[in-house]
Amino acid sequence: MKVVLQHLTKRFPNRNKKGPDVIAVNDFTFEIPDGKLIGLLGPSGCGKSTTLNLISGLEAPTSGQIFFGDDDVTKLPPENRGVGLVFQNYALYPHLTVRQNILFPLQNLKGEQKLSKEVMLRKAEEAARLVQIEPLLDRKPSEMSGGQQQRVAIARALVKMPRVLLLDEPLSNLDARLRLQTREEIRRIQRETGITTIFVTHDQEEAMSISDLIVVMKEGVVHQIGKPQDVYDHPVNLFVAKFLGTPPINVFHGSVRSGVLMLGDDAILRVKGVDDREVYVGIRPEGFILDENGPLCCRTRAVEVMGRDTSVVSAHPAAVSETIRSIIPSEDRVEVGKDQVRFAVKPFKLHLFDAQTEESIPFEAV
Amino acid sequence: MEQNNRKAWLYLLPAIAFLGVFMVYPLVDVLVYSFEERFNFASQTYTGVGWYNYAHVLRDPYFLQAVKNTFILVIITVPLSTGLALLISLGLNSIKPLRQAYQTVFFLPYVTNTLAVGLVFMILFKKTAYSDGMINLLIEAFGGEAVDFIDGPYWAKMLVMCLYTVWVVMPFKILILTSALASVNQDYYKAARVDGTSKWRIFTRITLPMISPMIFYLVITGFIGAFKAYSDEVAIFGTDLNVAGMNTIVGYVYDMLYGNSGGYPSYASAAALILFVIVFTITVINLMISKKAT
Repeated sequence: MKVVLQHLTKRFPNRNKKGPDVIAVNDFTFEIPDGKLIGLLGPSGCGKSTTLNLISGLEAPTSGQIFFGDDDVTKLPPENRGVGLVFQNYALYPHLTVRQNILFPLQNLKGEQKLSKEVMLRKAEEAARLVQIEPLLDRKPSEMSGGQQQRVAIARALVKMPRVLLLDEPLSNLDARLRLQTREEIRRIQRETGITTIFVTHDQEEAMSISDLIVVMKEGVVHQIGKPQDVYDHPVNLFVAKFLGTPPINVFHGSVRSGVLMLGDDAILRVKGVDDREVYVGIRPEGFILDENGPLCCRTRAVEVMGRDTSVVSAHPAAVSETIRSIIPSEDRVEVGKDQVRFAVKPFKLHLFDAQTEESIPFEAV
Repeated sequence: MEQNNRKAWLYLLPAIAFLGVFMVYPLVDVLVYSFEERFNFASQTYTGVGWYNYAHVLRDPYFLQAVKNTFILVIITVPLSTGLALLISLGLNSIKPLRQAYQTVFFLPYVTNTLAVGLVFMILFKKTAYSDGMINLLIEAFGGEAVDFIDGPYWAKMLVMCLYTVWVVMPFKILILTSALASVNQDYYKAARVDGTSKWRIFTRITLPMISPMIFYLVITGFIGAFKAYSDEVAIFGTDLNVAGMNTIVGYVYDMLYGNSGGYPSYASAAALILFVIVFTITVINLMISKKAT
């Protein structure tokens, strides 16, 4: 089922009655293709959960429309939309067993949709099989781990075969190892069922790793939509560049002077197609190459050996933050104790942004 | 270790001494009194040891009346007040405007003195030389016949008593239940809404189980409190409860000790222990049911 959001806007009245309305979602227009897994990504309070609530019908939009396929569902109550919703804290009914929890949505069906007991039980077992919790059907939620509870929550959301599956921060309450496991699980379940799935997260790694498309939001506004790798490689503005990637991108004050990109006194790169101007320069941690004659001269602060690669923490006068972090292959030995380190820069890991608007500036490295 | 133990006992001493003198000793004393026949307080003498006091109390028509009154009061007021409190809490929980104002109104009886509340009920129900009381005026306005609620037939007095008790005990229950309802995670309701759960099903399958520990707490403490009823009766019917036929078990105990017909600590002790056994049994049953339910 394809999901279309048209000029979706949600305002909340300000807590302080005299203040202006809070715009949680601002003019969100996007078509979610059928059968894809979409990650809504953004920092806390960016309106991603509100967007999810609007799609589920738990909240009504101030303006704009929502379509599931060709159906306009904007005015439909949640139960008639055919959505499954999974919560951060699972929201499993603690007094019911896993089986009863999964059966719950089916037992709500009335009239023509009403199912016989056998059919309900079979459907519940199918859903349990899909998320691989069959042996736990008679347990109470409190007797299960967080990851298992999350699977039950997904099974409960899937048992009615919703048109759209919505996951609100599904992994935030899990520990690191379970998070990895569960996110692959979500990917697998989504692939097997083919249900259009939208999930909300503030963890960019989570979103990048399993989404077909990611939507980066900030303060109610969509900044960029695209395939994870495209968004990572071509961020439209400084915010998106900073939000994606761990460790985060290193940002410098820089300037372009007659086709040469300057970071402080260091001439980093010859660029074509950019007028002389002040810019922000973002360089991904993996964009540095250890080079004795490299143009970028930094003072070493620390070298962190990670095994697979080495992380060099250093300082540069033009950097916005106190330290910059570069990740280099562990074969390239950094001499510990030397107070200076020089880098060359991979041009495609370097991004230019306007110093005022922070929008991306296209350029060609020479 | 030894040193520490001694220190621990030292720290506990004030509490233990206090509890010992004012709780453990009297409790044991009551038990002893209840088995001493014809115990005389002044001379501290008695004629024998046995079940005589219990036999006497259980044959005393005043005591039997008190037991009957207490049981009627308990059986009517505990379910009624808990149910009403639940309804009102649900109502309070689902409105936004004026919630604070309503909460204050519902909570007023809790902070109002028992005797002051009694006075209000007098105005409502008491027949005097000048007025039949407000309720009677209402009944007459609708063409009914005035009833003497305070000195009249038994059912009328019991009705006033139940109303009064329900009204007095409800605020605390509303307070507990509104906070219990507010503490239920909203995500459960969101999940239920997305699944198209009907209001009634949400109430019976989600809300009630979620707040059931609090409901059991209220029922158990409600039973105990209602069995100990006394001051509310005094507030309405005065101190001569036996004459009014509205005595309670605790009232009987008090009368046996200090009332006009008092001076019988043995009978009072026996009655108090009978009350204890009743309350204990009911509480154990309650706990067993609540364990099974949760």
